[in-house]
Amino acid sequence: MARIVVVTSGKGGVGKTTTSAAFGAGLARAGHRTVVVDFDVGLRNLDLIMGCERRVVYDFVNVIHGEANLNQALIRDKRVDNLAILPASQTRDKDALTQEGVEKVLEGLAEEFDYIVCDSPAGIERGAHLAMYYADDALVVTNPEVSSVRDSDRVLGLLSSKTRRAERGEDPVKEHLIVTRYSPSRVGKGEMLSVEDVCEILSINLLGVIPESTAVLNASNAGMPVILDEKSDAGQAYDDTVARFLGEKRDHRFLTDKKGLFSKLFGG
Amino acid sequence: MAIEIKGRMGTFMVLRMLTSDTSEVLRQLDGRLTNAPDLFSGVPLVLAPADGLNVTVETLRDVAEGLKERGLLPVGSMNVSEALASAAGLGLIRNLAAATREKPAPAAAPAGPAQVVTQPVRSGQQIYARGGDLVVTAPVSAGAEIMADGHIHVYNTLRGRALAGVQGATDARIFCMDQRAELLAIAGHYQLSDQIDPALGGISTMAWLEGDSLQIQPAFNPGG
Repeated sequence: MARIVVVTSGKGGVGKTTTSAAFGAGLARAGHRTVVVDFDVGLRNLDLIMGCERRVVYDFVNVIHGEANLNQALIRDKRVDNLAILPASQTRDKDALTQEGVEKVLEGLAEEFDYIVCDSPAGIERGAHLAMYYADDALVVTNPEVSSVRDSDRVLGLLSSKTRRAERGEDPVKEHLIVTRYSPSRVGKGEMLSVEDVCEILSINLLGVIPESTAVLNASNAGMPVILDEKSDAGQAYDDTVARFLGEKRDHRFLTDKKGLFSKLFGG
Repeated sequence: MAIEIKGRMGTFMVLRMLTSDTSEVLRQLDGRLTNAPDLFSGVPLVLAPADGLNVTVETLRDVAEGLKERGLLPVGSMNVSEALASAAGLGLIRNLAAATREKPAPAAAPAGPAQVVTQPVRSGQQIYARGGDLVVTAPVSAGAEIMADGHIHVYNTLRGRALAGVQGATDARIFCMDQRAELLAIAGHYQLSDQIDPALGGISTMAWLEGDSLQIQPAFNPGG
């Protein structure tokens, strides 16, 4: 039975697509057949982050409208086995997504894949709603600042009321928190909320903390999921995150400043 | 398609007639209009003779005509018989009766069954315990709103808005274990977080009404 994982946040620019790409690649690398679906119709980005923008022929909306079948629209990743993406349409808008159409496509994908990662658009309107509606798990991506936390809180409310699981009274969508762009030194200066603060306000399970890192931007520019940059702190943090999602126990790294020892020694 | 039928929310003005003397009604109305010429402009108006008032078709028709002459928009009547209304060329509106009742006297906090909420109340969510108390055991986020006709208990952190006694129960109270509320209100008397003493933030508190004044005090803090 395929599991549907939505990557969502409410707020834009917090790292949903970066997380979707890294998380999908991590699941695939762990041997699970994984597809990442771009729900951001009209603002297609996932193909860029995953480096397959030149290979997009058909898209999600074509499949919904029956203009192409799933196999024509799916793009297989060349670096990681078991990984595919279903790109969004760049020329349409969110109204091109219908609930029945999305359900049909997800059912089709469920026959071939173990995990379906849905990269949600920002906001709480149609696109975001449809991305979360069929979810079994939700990765709530949050930056450590108040407006992002509040938007995530709003999204958590929608996950517990506006999803198929909620409407049918089934087990609720499993919620996981991923804090991105975390900078321990700025937390120390009081410029950012700490992970503890964010967890206390949102009161959900913390799955991963991704440090603010130049590796993320470099990976995006190179069209490579950052998790494949195994030397980078962000890549390792995503690797931990995927392992925890799959049930492994791993300590949270990157919660303290890299220069911690240095500043302790010199009292800085 | 030749027509579309749509429901719309709007406001009616209800003109309660306390006398059947048409000229007196119109004279007093003119007085009101002089003070506030735009008071009724464009707003649908419903004619409602007071209980027990003996109005005739002529009275109703004359008042309606008088209203139209003053640029007002009489659309119906209530509290009269159907025959009378149609004879006066007005519709009869039946279900507005509740809206014109006198404001109820301050009620006691209702003792209906309490509603218990164990899931976090998130930003943008609203929970209303109609007819009773509300008990929340999970956090209430900033931007969330919890309301009850009776008391409110939050056995966790309250960051959102809490409104107790929303139907006017002045003896309703708000209890919370960790008070960081955006707003506390009882029977319509409220305080914003700005007005709440910062010393009451982050501790257990109880809020209640004394007259028109909302009181907030530390509560059940061991040794405190």
